[in-house]
Amino acid sequence: MNLRKSLKVYKKFLHTSLASELEYKTNILVDLITAILSLIGSIFLLSIFFQNNDYIGGWEFEQALIIQGIYTILNGITNTWFNPNLTEIVKHIREGTLDFVLLKPIDSQFFISLKKINPSGFLEIMLGFFLLFFCIRINQINISLSFLTLSLITIICSIGILYSLWFFISTTTIWFVKTWNAIEVLRSFLYIGRFPLNSFSFSLRIFFSVFIPIAFITTIPSEVFLGLSQSWKILLEVIVTTVFLVTSRKFWLFALKFYSSASS
Amino acid sequence: MVQNIIDVRNLSKSFDISSKEPGLKGTIKHFFIRQTKSLKVIKNISFEIKEGEIVGFLGANGAGKTTILKMLCGLIYPSEGSILVSGHLPFRRKENFLKNITLIMGQKQQLIWDLPPIESFYLNASIYDLDKFEAKKRIKRLSEMLEIDQELFIPVRKLSLGQRMKSELLAALIHEPNVLFLDEPTLGLDINAQRNLRKFLQKYNKETNATICLTSHYMKDITSLCKRVICVHEGAISYDGKLDLLLKKLSPVKEILIVCRSEEDAIKLENSGFTVKNKIKNEITIKIENRFITSSLKTILNNFEIEDLFINEPPIDEIIGKVLIKKDYDI
Repeated sequence: MNLRKSLKVYKKFLHTSLASELEYKTNILVDLITAILSLIGSIFLLSIFFQNNDYIGGWEFEQALIIQGIYTILNGITNTWFNPNLTEIVKHIREGTLDFVLLKPIDSQFFISLKKINPSGFLEIMLGFFLLFFCIRINQINISLSFLTLSLITIICSIGILYSLWFFISTTTIWFVKTWNAIEVLRSFLYIGRFPLNSFSFSLRIFFSVFIPIAFITTIPSEVFLGLSQSWKILLEVIVTTVFLVTSRKFWLFALKFYSSASS
Repeated sequence: MVQNIIDVRNLSKSFDISSKEPGLKGTIKHFFIRQTKSLKVIKNISFEIKEGEIVGFLGANGAGKTTILKMLCGLIYPSEGSILVSGHLPFRRKENFLKNITLIMGQKQQLIWDLPPIESFYLNASIYDLDKFEAKKRIKRLSEMLEIDQELFIPVRKLSLGQRMKSELLAALIHEPNVLFLDEPTLGLDINAQRNLRKFLQKYNKETNATICLTSHYMKDITSLCKRVICVHEGAISYDGKLDLLLKKLSPVKEILIVCRSEEDAIKLENSGFTVKNKIKNEITIKIENRFITSSLKTILNNFEIEDLFINEPPIDEIIGKVLIKKDYDI
């Protein structure tokens, strides 16, 4: 599929899903309020942890806020793209409507990953960026070209890892039909990403670095912000992201061979 | 010479099906150990379909009609055998192949629920690489043919089932495919909506010479659209040929109700060698083989005093119903 066609189709996806969402104004308003309250609640929770400790896992409150900022951006991306699309895969497979996707002359992964959009997630992304800019000021971080490039690379990698994990789990629906619980577990692990990795025990750190790479998703970008990250960690994150993206793609194409479509 | 557009050779498909014993014990056992067995749902079938043909697939629920259609359009991988549709191997789902076919399912929908159908049409147009001008032209033409030009701007959720199905058809035909796979397209529609849909399909086939493969449980769909039927029984083809030949084979006799001038005439007719079904006063019902209808009627009209007569065709649903439970038809 060429880039021109992808952009043209994506423009249509944006248009139709925004139009669909705007049909329900109250729902959008509730979502926006939820996003604001959720961020306030998270910062409040974090401040409670720091009430009696100046450091948690070697991080100060102001530094830990960076993780919260990155988490908020990722959660916004999750709510804008992953949640409306990737949870639909389960529905598509259970109800057999994946048939329509597979019979279109368009990449099926592109179609099911990007068809819908939830505009209220945009506010969360914006709030996350506001929080990050605030953190840059209070932590007196110097903004340079290399800082911006590395931050961008690590955040893009985090999105890539999160997407691949979610897509991988959703793909297993082709065999197991129902995988809601696995996705909920993944989302719960993502909540853990709001806290510095060093605040967990050694075994949990290994688990969140190797099996469910939450460490890569929030901690490494935060370390980049604070100038604490070593280059090998960033390189490792890029490699892990590439492996995850390629594997999830191959797994999807492999799984489609077993798609039996729902009975009519 | 008309080309074969679909060529199926020795096609089989097996699915792994898990079975569960009833009760709590069975449920627990099923949770830990799944006993699966391979079930052959399509058994070594072969057929060809020519360009422009409308072919009806007949069979009881679970006979394998939909599985055949899904293999033909490339959704399901065949276990054995070969399929060629428009010169392509369907399961590879190449772009050129997908631009040539469409699948319409009466019980599933692709339209965006909260938006007017026109939005889904333009989305599909961009997926099929149609520019705005061409898409507009096709939407106008098809909506006029389907008589839904007024409904294009009403949200799908507010449309009636018939209007929705017509919109589904338009969404599925915007790229002007030359092979249509229709899986019970008239399901749930009222009689008028069914008739309109059939009229549209006939017109579309005539204008574009598109090949149509159709499954339906409404016999009227089959009889008014399909000259040829393929009967599927337990995954195998039990009959492949002309519909009227099948009907003749399955219903070789006609019943004729004859109203004689007097009861004496009726008695005379009863004793003249015809197979009599029943006789009430001056009315007598006889059975005549299709091939002897003309000659027999001549004899009756020349030799007996007849007031009126009625030829009763057995209901087509009843005849085709027999197809669904029989295994072989040697015609």
